[in-house]
Amino acid sequence: MRNEELIHPELAGVHVAEADSEDLTRSEVILKGALAAGAVYGAVMVGPFVRRALAMSGGSDVDILNFALTLEYLEASFYDEAKTRVKASGELKSLIALLADDEKQHVEALTATIEQLGGKPVAEPKFDFPYGDTAGFLKLAQTLEDTGVSAYNGAGPAIKSKEVLGAAGSIVQVEARHAAAIRLQNGEEPSPEAFDPTLSEAQVLKAVKPLIA
Amino acid sequence: MPGSKEHEQSREGKPAGNAIARAVGDPVSRRKFMALTGGSAAAAAFLAACGDDSGTTTTTAAKPSGTSETEQFGKGDIGILNYALTLEYLETAFYADVVKSGLFKGADLETIRKFGSEEAEHVAALTAAVKQLGGKPAPQPKTEFPLKSAKSVLELAGTVENLGAAAYLGQAANIESPEVLASALAIHSVEGRHAAALNTLLGKSITPDGAFAKPASAKTVLKSVEPFIVG
Repeated sequence: MRNEELIHPELAGVHVAEADSEDLTRSEVILKGALAAGAVYGAVMVGPFVRRALAMSGGSDVDILNFALTLEYLEASFYDEAKTRVKASGELKSLIALLADDEKQHVEALTATIEQLGGKPVAEPKFDFPYGDTAGFLKLAQTLEDTGVSAYNGAGPAIKSKEVLGAAGSIVQVEARHAAAIRLQNGEEPSPEAFDPTLSEAQVLKAVKPLIA
Repeated sequence: MPGSKEHEQSREGKPAGNAIARAVGDPVSRRKFMALTGGSAAAAAFLAACGDDSGTTTTTAAKPSGTSETEQFGKGDIGILNYALTLEYLETAFYADVVKSGLFKGADLETIRKFGSEEAEHVAALTAAVKQLGGKPAPQPKTEFPLKSAKSVLELAGTVENLGAAAYLGQAANIESPEVLASALAIHSVEGRHAAALNTLLGKSITPDGAFAKPASAKTVLKSVEPFIVG
């Protein structure tokens, strides 16, 4: 089972944006790091690392936080809507309520942090979630949560401030926990791989674009 | 995970110090939190930022001396990796013992096997990483776990995995090299997945810390696992 392939069958052809001169320095550094990681981890891990490093942008922490905020808006909206849209009871109903609440807190925390750093939080997009029944909801939830984990993990090494990194780590662990819980609802393995794959910002935005109305 | 021959391309080893220098030079990084352990400070700052007062008091688990807490395992990233390796050895041994205990069958046994094999992959990756950085991998500790009943074993597994996830989170901001960080993050979230799955089996909350996972300092973690290390 490969998350990344399920989410992004088109990933192989992903376009790598040109970096500006300052970013180039950074990309170069990260790329070198990734290649070194390849040497460290061998063939098993090098593919994803190198591809992600190549695709990684040199955005500021505020940019990265705004990217995360967009994803959290999406998840918060998805679960908030599901509270009434999905006919759930018992365990699933409680889970949806928990996820809705966690994602809402992530939105609030990211918004506050962006403001604290002197940035401007992005506006919440309008979303459109294409699912018909509970099974469809759970399938989309799994994709969103797994993508969320990969998005944070992919952005992590580009974060400059240690406190923002720690905060992102604190959130990604919760996203991973959500992903595992949703996967169990789907009768899937909670941790399909020993190393969660990473996705670049461009890859993630491409994946969620169809959900933005 | 997709295989690749790309590792043949480079043996350049050490990442250039640029990114790190720039990160350290970033004014935000140097704020008052800089002196504190990254993970706990970040979580505290974050919780403060979002106005959540339900959990702030316990985010101080990690002591300001976070980095030096792993120095017994080696300097800098090598120390952090060896600390993680020690924990992964412990988890791997735990799951191996649980499989042998015969306490589990069917789907539960499969889950335990799967988690155990993932921990073993973490051991292999961390061992290789320490060697790559020119360090000596920490030795496999001798371990002993109380395996009395399926229920108590699941409880222990849940404790160990939640602690493991918190341990990685506690070190994230102490890691210097971007590739070590990327690897640690890739493992960290898997530990979080394991923890949530076990919590589900145990009928506990998947997110016991709420919307923001809390880090644990090396000191706290090592003290917690001490009873299981017999040599």
